[in-house]
Order: sequence, then structure tokens, then C-alpha cells
Amino acid sequence: MNTGRGLPLLEITGLAKTYGEGRGATRAIAELSFSVREGELVSVVGPSGCGKTTMLRCVAGLLVPSGGEVRLRGRPVVSPPPEMAFVFQDYSRSLMPWLSVRDNVELPLRHKRELSRRERRIRVEDAVSSVGLARHLDRYPWQLSGGMQQRVAIARALAYQPEILLMDEPFASVDAQARADLEDLVLQVQAAYGVTILFVTHDIDEAVYLSDRVVVLTRPPTTVQETVSVRLPRPRDQVSTKELPEFARLRAHVFRGIKRQMAAAPEPEAGTSGGRLPGELEARESAATGGQ
Amino acid sequence: MRALGRRSPRRAAGPILEVGVPIVLVTLWWAWSTRAGMIFFPPLPDILRSFRETWLAAPAGAEVLPSLERLGVGYAAAVLAGVGLGTLLGCSEAARRSADPIVQFLRGIPPPALLPFGILVFGIGDPMKVLMIAVVCLWPVLLNTIDGVGGVDPTLRETARVYGLPLVTRLTRVILPAASPQIVAGARTGLSLAIIMMVISEMVASTNGIGYSILEAQQTFRIPEMWSGILVLGVLGYLLNGLFVLLEGRLLRWHRGARALEGA
Repeated sequence: MNTGRGLPLLEITGLAKTYGEGRGATRAIAELSFSVREGELVSVVGPSGCGKTTMLRCVAGLLVPSGGEVRLRGRPVVSPPPEMAFVFQDYSRSLMPWLSVRDNVELPLRHKRELSRRERRIRVEDAVSSVGLARHLDRYPWQLSGGMQQRVAIARALAYQPEILLMDEPFASVDAQARADLEDLVLQVQAAYGVTILFVTHDIDEAVYLSDRVVVLTRPPTTVQETVSVRLPRPRDQVSTKELPEFARLRAHVFRGIKRQMAAAPEPEAGTSGGRLPGELEARESAATGGQ
Repeated sequence: MRALGRRSPRRAAGPILEVGVPIVLVTLWWAWSTRAGMIFFPPLPDILRSFRETWLAAPAGAEVLPSLERLGVGYAAAVLAGVGLGTLLGCSEAARRSADPIVQFLRGIPPPALLPFGILVFGIGDPMKVLMIAVVCLWPVLLNTIDGVGGVDPTLRETARVYGLPLVTRLTRVILPAASPQIVAGARTGLSLAIIMMVISEMVASTNGIGYSILEAQQTFRIPEMWSGILVLGVLGYLLNGLFVLLEGRLLRWHRGARALEGA
């Protein structure tokens, strides 16, 4: 329903990443191809250590791929493009502790010459309000909780008004309640700002709940195992959406896909996971009981 | 609660001790020195009178100002050069590695050992002293800046890259603030070295300044005056350090705040 909304904004073609050279080389990513259309929210999930973050850093132009290419609106990405914003997993190290919330959010706008001081201020205040932190504009990141800090990082990305927002396991280090709130925040701001989002996560529920499509990766050397379209109605809701049989079906489908990957893992890895999924891969209990 | 309970008695006792202990010590010194009648330890009232006459009276700051000027110019030059050069070197792994042994070696040379060279090349004028002070302070500032800049969190650097921050913004808003705790620590070490070098250079080759006055008083056997000069240095060191702490408090407020919460 939401798929096919627009033209491909981001095209990833034959992306490969190899670390090292010669015999000692490690093929992290073998070949990745998928695209993200305008206005879409696409999640990328995969088994632990499958190179999701590596892939995202290549897409952002922070890391040079060993092969293939990334195109944003048809132009190859070689360094971080100005139409792109990035939310890091480690919010505490991505925000500047010496700047207030306001100054943190404003920092990327300072060199946008086309903005007047007043426009800048409005943009900052709008973005900070949209993540619900209007009262905390003049506080410092370290005075805020983890979830609030990640909100600041999201506000910074929104104020930048990117065409595409990359998020690297943004909620992996916040507690469960904050996490649910932040997921809903992403849905809200995506609707409000109309931004395209590429979202990397290890949480299958989160991927299904947020996305228009879920890209499932294989274990390394990584390729795309399958792309799952999520046709859950919007607006979505933590309770009612996760109650839908379709949600349960989708999460089970993605879950099995990844589990198959893990089962097919070579001996040493299979030994460590003991036939169970590794700790990183978890479906949240609430959804498991709510769905079945 | 526990933290509060632990801290409040100390907080209450703090000012009392800070003021009380020096008063007690000075009183003891006063009492002992007025009675002892030793030539090399003149009575404290004599020292204080000399202090007033030599350092506070008519030719106000005649000996202090030249010293302060050398200190200020040399120190400022060292901090600027150290931070500038350190930022340049700190940004590249290769530069950092190749500079390290050289800087470590140069830092290892005891600063007074450079004095003969300085006098030879620059004579005994102010430029020599300023330069010597600057050279001494440079190393701690430089080393700490290299370290601080090199150690900036990669996530912070990537954040700056992703948002396309231009070089100047990147330096002034990201790299230097991130390195500032270390830079400030280096500047602090540099300050005490600067005072030492100022006194030494004035004792070896000068016609004015605090160091010169102390040595001159000693050589003409004006013992209270010599002591009053030492007192001036003590006061100066104390005041400069106080100023530094004040500045540091403003500059690194975020750092202390962030650290305090981390520990909590």
C-alpha cells in the first residue's frame, strides 16, 4: 500500500566490502542490491555480524565500498551528501556535550548560508518541539536521559531537512519504554517531515512495525536474502498494529528467514549459538504473545 | 542521599580549614620569627614591611610588571603555537607518529639548559626571556593538544562529516572543544613551568624583574627583601593559578557536568 510511492531515491547496486587484502581478506559484504523509493521507510535486518552497519556507512559515504555503488537521486555517493542525515546508535558520543540542545541541533545549519538567523532558530525550535523536547532547549545533552538524547540527535537530523535519513540501530541502547516511544516518534516525524528513511536494526518487531519494506540480509559474505513488503495500515500503533494477524505473520516470516540463516551457519558459529538465536536477535515477548 | 550525607560535613569544614590553617601557620611563623633572632630567617613583620616598601610602594610594580609582561607574552605565544601546531599534527596519524619521538626528546631537555644558547643567540634582553619561557611551555601544551586532537571520538568526527561541517566549524565547534580538557591540562602544566623559567632567566641575566630582585637582595645581604621577593612569587603563583582555575571552570563546565553524571 505504501510501496511504490515514488521513484527510487536511493539505489544500492552490487555493493561489496572486503576488509584486508590477499589471503587474510575478509569478505564482509558480498553483493548487496536494493533501492529505497521516495517517502519510503525501509528497514534492514539480518543475523548478528552480517555487516548492516558497514552497509549503512557505505551508503552514507563514510566508508568506501570495495565494489558496486550507491546512488542518491542518480548521483554516485562518494562522500556524505548534503541531502542525507545520519542518526548514530551511540547518541552520547554523537552529540557535543559542550553544546546545549539548541546549539547541537543548530550546528549543522550554521553553514547553510541561505538561512537567516531567524529561519535557523525557527527550524531548530520546530525540530526540537517535534521530538517533544521544547522545554529542554537550553539544557545540555548529559543532563538528559538516553532516550531524550537520541531525540536530540533525531531533532538535529530533522532540522537539517534531509531527503533521506539513515538510522543505525538508533534505539539499541535505550530502555524498552523509551524505545517504543521513539519508534512512534519516527513514524510521526516521518509523516510530518515526509522524509525517506533507511533504518538498520537487529530487532525484527521494530523493523516490521516501522517499515514499508524489510530487507533481510544473509550472514557474511552478505547478500540480500529477501525483501518483505509490509502492508500494515497506517497510522500504526504499538498495541493495535502489533495485534494484527498480519503483523504476527510478517514477524514470524522474517524471524524464520533469519533463523534459517543462523542454522546454515558453519560449525563454529552454530556451536556458539547452540541452535538458538544469538542474543542480538530477539523478537520482543509482548509482540509474540499479542500476535499468536 | 548517601552522596549528600558524605559531602555536606566536608563542605561545611572546607572554608574553615582553607582560611583557618593558613592563619594558624602564619601566626606560628610570626611568633617564632620575631623571637628566634636568626639572620637568615628575619622576623615576619620585617619581611612584610619590606614587602610593602619594595613591592607595593611608589614605583608601583617596577619589578613585577617586566616579569609579568615576559611571562604573559611567552606563555600566550606558547599556548597559541602549541594548540595550533598540536591540532595540525594531531589530525594525522602519520604526523602524530613521526612527531612523537622528537617532541618527547625536546621535552626531556631541562629548560634551564637552553639558557646559555638563548643568551648566545638573543643576548640578555627581553626577547631571549620571552622565547625561553615560550619554549618551555610549548611542550606540555603541544603534547597534550596532539593527544587530545588525536583522541577525538570517531563518532564525533563522523557526525561532523555527515553534516558537512566546514573546516573552521569542525575545528572550533567539534575538534578543539573535544580536546579542550587535555589542552587545558597541558596549559596548566605550562603555566607553572613558565613561572619557573621566568625567575631563572631573570636570575641568570637581567637588570630587572622579580627573579633579579631576589638575587640582588641576597647578594647585598638585604635578607627581608629577599624573602619578600619570594613571597611575591608565592602570591603571584597563587593568583595566576586561581585565575586559571576560574577560566578552566568556565571552559570545561560541560566536562565536569558530564563526568559527574557518568560517575553517578
